[in-house]
Amino acid sequence: MVNRFAFKLANVNGTGSASANSLLMQAIFRMGIPVSGKNLFPSNIQGLPTWYEIRVDRDGHTARTARFDLMVAMNAETYEADIDEVRPGGWVLFDSSWPLKPSFLRTDVTFLGVPYANICIENFGAARERTLMKNIVYAGTLAALLDIDMDVVQGMLAEKFGAKPKLMASNAKAIRLGYDYAKEHFACPLPIRLEAMDTTADTILINGNTAIALGALYAGATVAAWYPITPSTSVLDAFKELCEEYRVDPETNERRYCILQAEDELAAIGMVIGAGWNGARAFTATSGPGISLMSELVGLAYYAEIPAVIVDVQRVGPSTGMPTRTQQGDILLCAYASHGDTKHLLLFPGNPEECFHFTARAFDLAERFQAPVFVLSDLDIGMNDWVVPRLTWDDSYRPDRGRVLSREDLEALPKYHRYSPEDWQGVAARTLPGTSSKGAFFTRGSGHNKHGGYTEDPDEYREVMDRLARKHWTARNFVPPALIETRPNASFGIVTVGSCDLAVREALAELAENGLMGDYLRVRGFPFGPEVESFLRRHDRMFVVEQNRDAQLRSLLTLETGVAKAQLFSVRAYGGLPLQADQVVREVVHQIRETEKERPA
Amino acid sequence: MSYIKKPSARNPSLKPNALGLTVRDYEGVMSTLCAGCGHDSITAAITRAFYELDVPPHMVAKLSGIGCSSKTPTYFLSGAHGFNSAHGRMPAILTGASAANRDLTYIGVSGDGDSLSIGLGQMAHAIRRNVDALYVLENNGVYGLTKGQFSASADPGSKSKYGETNPQQAMDPVLLALSLGATFVARSFSGDKSQLVPILKAALAHRGFALVDVISPCVTFNDHEGSTKSYRYTRQHDQEVVEADWIPPDFVPPAGEITADYAAGTSADVTLHDGSVVRFTKIPEGYDPGDRDAVVSYVRRKRTAGVVPTGLLFLDPGGSEMHAANRTVATPLAQLPYESLCPGAAALDALQRSYR
Ligand SMILES: Cc1ncc(C[n+]2csc(CCOP(=O)(O)OP(=O)(O)O)c2C)c(N)n1
Ligand code: SF4
Repeated sequence: MVNRFAFKLANVNGTGSASANSLLMQAIFRMGIPVSGKNLFPSNIQGLPTWYEIRVDRDGHTARTARFDLMVAMNAETYEADIDEVRPGGWVLFDSSWPLKPSFLRTDVTFLGVPYANICIENFGAARERTLMKNIVYAGTLAALLDIDMDVVQGMLAEKFGAKPKLMASNAKAIRLGYDYAKEHFACPLPIRLEAMDTTADTILINGNTAIALGALYAGATVAAWYPITPSTSVLDAFKELCEEYRVDPETNERRYCILQAEDELAAIGMVIGAGWNGARAFTATSGPGISLMSELVGLAYYAEIPAVIVDVQRVGPSTGMPTRTQQGDILLCAYASHGDTKHLLLFPGNPEECFHFTARAFDLAERFQAPVFVLSDLDIGMNDWVVPRLTWDDSYRPDRGRVLSREDLEALPKYHRYSPEDWQGVAARTLPGTSSKGAFFTRGSGHNKHGGYTEDPDEYREVMDRLARKHWTARNFVPPALIETRPNASFGIVTVGSCDLAVREALAELAENGLMGDYLRVRGFPFGPEVESFLRRHDRMFVVEQNRDAQLRSLLTLETGVAKAQLFSVRAYGGLPLQADQVVREVVHQIRETEKERPA
Repeated sequence: MSYIKKPSARNPSLKPNALGLTVRDYEGVMSTLCAGCGHDSITAAITRAFYELDVPPHMVAKLSGIGCSSKTPTYFLSGAHGFNSAHGRMPAILTGASAANRDLTYIGVSGDGDSLSIGLGQMAHAIRRNVDALYVLENNGVYGLTKGQFSASADPGSKSKYGETNPQQAMDPVLLALSLGATFVARSFSGDKSQLVPILKAALAHRGFALVDVISPCVTFNDHEGSTKSYRYTRQHDQEVVEADWIPPDFVPPAGEITADYAAGTSADVTLHDGSVVRFTKIPEGYDPGDRDAVVSYVRRKRTAGVVPTGLLFLDPGGSEMHAANRTVATPLAQLPYESLCPGAAALDALQRSYR
């Protein structure tokens, strides 16, 4: 049980528990042990229950798990359910300032009581300080119980509060109080404990939204327009912070960026399109409801061929749904957003590292293909801290601006037309406003011919639409290729997407231990590349694992590849919590048994 | 639908402007609007204003929404990039375009349906942001392109072509813009080129959002008896209350700070950022085009009396437009070299020390 367990912290929203919890997660990360933290929070500012789950696994299986060895029960309102979640033989750490209701007691778990409230009343002054410090005190207890390196913890406090001696002193005192109480009263450490490793040496702890902001910064995005919506808001918060750091002239105080908080998502996408039309790299970040609103103009950008990068940090729909829970419910919406025949480029990062690189790539693709490009992240990737390899950047990178004619290029042409001639990718050269009158053209979402002129002629209309389809098809070789891992003697495949990655890999490992060998494919771009086609062709039976009710990835695969529907079995989890390996294992085993039953012996 | 040939008699002076361009160079393709449509006269005024201002056509971006009015950007400045976008969504697209390239001159053309119904929010927020643009609202009181439904600016009690009486209140874009804090608010009539052209020129010289509401009769659906946006009604009820002229910078002594000093009943000069001057030649007693509250109550009073006041009604040359508020660098964002935007690998390494 060394470096392989999970514990859950049950708190009340708005009491300052988040910083204590991430302190714990970060300390374990700094001890070199694979770890993940999942923040399950309500759509509320203060007073409702909130949980934080930490899983450590020496083999790197850090997807969410629902099997908890230890519960840190700090919310009396949810005691009963929280205590229920602990596995038999586990532990419950609770505030013993008040007696636990006898009916909550279980005989198969160990209760560890610490009088947190009383300790804080004795040691701290103001009410707010007592509330906040309680979290740090329990962090100290956990340090003792789990054998978290106290030097690491002290170091982190020093980094955080070094400049504020008063805060430093009270935090250090709180940690000590919790730590000493545990050492005195309990047999420390518990059998579930930590031991330093060295697996996280060249890694960082980062959430996907920050990584997306970094990707946009490094790609040279200068215009961002957005309307606040959970869980995408922090993309723009991070982008703004980065721009303030790297894009403000120290002498003149002038900004090399423009961030527009739009009046709604209809305006946000409009601003991105206007900026893209004018040659700036522009993006917006939103979530499902925002994509619904943006759909009309996404079609305009598609048809008028204007670059735009749209980040969708997916949350639970339909409608307002569950804003603080995760899902992959916008796959079909984004693939075909807008009326008429439209089809878009989608990138599916599976972790923050890919968020960074795919976002940067999205700008290249948007300009190369003169089209909207969606980056489909989700709340789990976007708002939780993940351990990923340190991000790297190639300084020789230069943006791919696609086909843009300069004034000189235009002078050399007998005549310029916006939508012809096309290159082998189906792309025609554009010109930017302000370049020259010779390159001036009229952008329109209404019917146009290959010259850009208004048309209602069937053949002229079709000619442009067919080229757009060709262009989209060409892009299959430019989006990030699917990630494929094969096992010898595999009898089935698992096809998945985005944040399902870790849970599916863990499931495949567990299935393999039970003799069920499966290959792995994670889709990372749409249109699907040739590698997806050939994987689908090579496997008779595949399980498509995704986080939505309607098997949207499976639908997209059957619509856009030659695969037969009967080859694709669906495994779905859509309750709003990050995917667990056991959910996948259970479904796959079940479905394999079912199909075996149907076969004549 | 008929095609309107542009008679050369309308432009007697084919003399070149300072750029060596004639008014022809500021025209676009032939209009496909109904013969006599007010929008075509506005197009002619816009053409004239740009020509007289010596604006290089390629340095202009002309954008519109959807509607008959929104079709008109093809009919002027064929040397400028144009964008006929989506119904009611032009202000946001214009805002983004302006964010990317502050060097261009922006003109947005819209209709009363486009601006006051589906696009009301976007127009309001473009005003609020004070995006540097000329915004022409071609106001005919109906939805022309969808064949004659009442628009939000149709006056209460006015009659549709089909005999229906409008029971609802009318939105007045001038009062709306004033209350939203617009820095330049004017109203004119498509048939009054001598008033409209100077207003358009002043609006283009103004740094910030300039709303020009132009009553523009729809001959096909709203030019009948009972309509308050017909040629006849407009000629009878429009009253030019504020006369203004625009004077280019080289006509006046170099300007010091921006002043707005109006004396009632007399004339007054207001100097704009580029050194040009707006000369108010006729200001009614007690009227101050720099006093927002006073203008609002004046326009309201007139409206109640059944008069549609026109002219450059309000001007605040000192407001800070979007880029000033954002402190954007002078070089258009779209033209910044990539090297000045990417912090580089070393900075990424350094930054990630805080992600440990
Ligand atoms: C989303 C959407 N809804 C409806 C329409 C149909 N539509 C086109 S133009 C128009 C009204 C135009 O009226 P206005 O802006 O006053 O322009 P006018 O034609 O009178 O110049 C409408 C409703 C549309 N194009 N898009
Ligand atoms: S329908 Fe009305 S607004 Fe449209 S072109 Fe004809 S006259 Fe002009």
